[in-house]
Amino acid sequence: MLTFTIRRLVLAVPTLLFISLVIFLLLEMAPGDPMAQVPLTVPPEVKEKMREALGLGEPMPIRFWKWIVQFFWIEPQVLIDYYLGTTFSEGKLRVISWQTRSPVMDIVVQRIPQTLWVVGTAYVVAIIIALPIGIYSAYRQYSWFDQLGTFVSMVGFSVPPFFSGVLVIVIFSVQLGWFPSIYDTTLVVDSWDSFVKQLQQMIMPVMVLALQITAQLSRFMRASMLDNLNQDYVRTARAKGLSEYVVVMVHVLRNSMIPVVTVIALGIPAIFGGAIITEQVFKVNGIGQLLIGAIQANDLPMVQTLTFIFAVLIVLFNLIADVLYGILDPRIRYD
Amino acid sequence: MTELSKTQTELNQPEPTKPPRSQWLDVWDQFKTHKGAMMGGVLFFLIVAGVYLGPFFWDIDATQIDIRSRNQGPSWAHPFGTDQLGRDLLARMMAGGSTSVSVGITAMLLALFLGSFVGVLAGFFKRLDGPLMRLTDLFLALPLLPLLLVMMLLFREPLNAAFGLEQGIFILIVSAIGITSWMPTARIVRGDVLALKEREFVLAARSIGTTNSKLITRHILPNVLSPIMVSATLGIATAIITESALSFLGLGFPPDFPTWGRLLFDGVDYLQQYPERVIWPGLAISLTVLSVNYLGDGLRDALDPRIRGR
Repeated sequence: MLTFTIRRLVLAVPTLLFISLVIFLLLEMAPGDPMAQVPLTVPPEVKEKMREALGLGEPMPIRFWKWIVQFFWIEPQVLIDYYLGTTFSEGKLRVISWQTRSPVMDIVVQRIPQTLWVVGTAYVVAIIIALPIGIYSAYRQYSWFDQLGTFVSMVGFSVPPFFSGVLVIVIFSVQLGWFPSIYDTTLVVDSWDSFVKQLQQMIMPVMVLALQITAQLSRFMRASMLDNLNQDYVRTARAKGLSEYVVVMVHVLRNSMIPVVTVIALGIPAIFGGAIITEQVFKVNGIGQLLIGAIQANDLPMVQTLTFIFAVLIVLFNLIADVLYGILDPRIRYD
Repeated sequence: MTELSKTQTELNQPEPTKPPRSQWLDVWDQFKTHKGAMMGGVLFFLIVAGVYLGPFFWDIDATQIDIRSRNQGPSWAHPFGTDQLGRDLLARMMAGGSTSVSVGITAMLLALFLGSFVGVLAGFFKRLDGPLMRLTDLFLALPLLPLLLVMMLLFREPLNAAFGLEQGIFILIVSAIGITSWMPTARIVRGDVLALKEREFVLAARSIGTTNSKLITRHILPNVLSPIMVSATLGIATAIITESALSFLGLGFPPDFPTWGRLLFDGVDYLQQYPERVIWPGLAISLTVLSVNYLGDGLRDALDPRIRGR
């Protein structure tokens, strides 16, 4: 198991480097000019200087190398400095956003809590709802509950977040006026009132996201339970007189959770990246909105760094899912 | 003696009048029993017919501006009302639907072609398996929506210059969606091809000297058709949603070129006064995708010989 993990970790390094190169080359072809907003009265030689100040003067391989160094060598140093108060990174150039002229990672760190709060809560809520639905609809296959569950999850698959989000805004904020339609990130939770406000503004985005995730997870849970319910060991467990609760909730559930846990792990990167549309609908200024803003403003270092962070998360959680699968299921041996 | 008489009675029996049941008839019989799939199929057919044939019966141009009758509610002249420039929303819905459905189907075909191609090659030729599957893993590890957005940003201008505004953006969106969604098909097809390759009929075909290309096209491909068809239906659904998402984020088709996602995006600005402008396109997208998903579900059951006949 350990050798497998180490081998996969080692393999992840070239994969990630290649992905970062692909992203870099894609962005390299961008038609936008970061100097486009500079007034025409600025003389060309000054523009050339400004271009160099942004790090655009050098040839492409050198710029790629510089980005790699900044991201993998200097940014960790900044992190160490921040926690330990040392001065490793003093005077070194970090990845600078072209929009704000401040370090990209600082902005990302500012934005992450909003995303984590909203999308993370949605994920937890979805798991809590999806598992019981999946278990019960598999146990009573083709009952009305199962049919209803199938229909609801089909709807959850099919209704895109940009429609369900807008729909709940129409119903709950425009018609009923219960919840605010815009997520206020400046709200500080320090009293009961502000806590209620926070809850109110979180309900709609969490509901929209949770519907989608629930749809997928409950289907998985149901399919996996169905696979196990017909196995011989279930008949054995019933034959030796175990109660139905123990058979289903202990024997079958534990075996059915194996693929579901890996699916849950695989979905975690989507918490960071996949909620782009929901964040846009509810104006949550999280990471997804940061990415959209950066793309529209042609802020290439920001886009490069954010896309790469998403890629790192995907690769990392793929690895975690594989390892979890091996740990949970003793039949699977990777070595 | 008994042996002989048995063959004789068998020979004396009347000739079978019906040809033997084909596989597709069985599939159709099984498909018919899945109510949701039948309903999905009918609904999808109606939607497709409505968006493509509708403009022949409803001949108001989708881009015709009539500023005097702007922001109207539903009436006989404009069943869905008009937008802020007085354009007829029913005509816009039809025009938008034909774009969305065309994008969905074309992107699905592209993704299917790429996926089957990579899957068959990886499954059939052992030497290509490693590299091609690493490539698939690599694509799966890419953050797709951000990359799609970046691609939209990058290639819009050159393609617009080369093919004209509408053609350029159509090609761009279709190829962007196709290139980023072939991986699941490739994996499924590869797995099936790997299993098929070891079967006797492949060995038999090889032993009579069938070339690799004939073996793939005549023996392997027909046998992996069912997973390909299932991923085709599901591919339409994801492609339509992705296109609408891009349009919704303002990075899809240009404003005067309606698609369902774009109509929804435009409607959001008038959410407070005219919520129906958001609901119609949203409902259209959701119903199309829902029907396609049910269709795929039924098709999967119908094409699975283990379930068939139950």
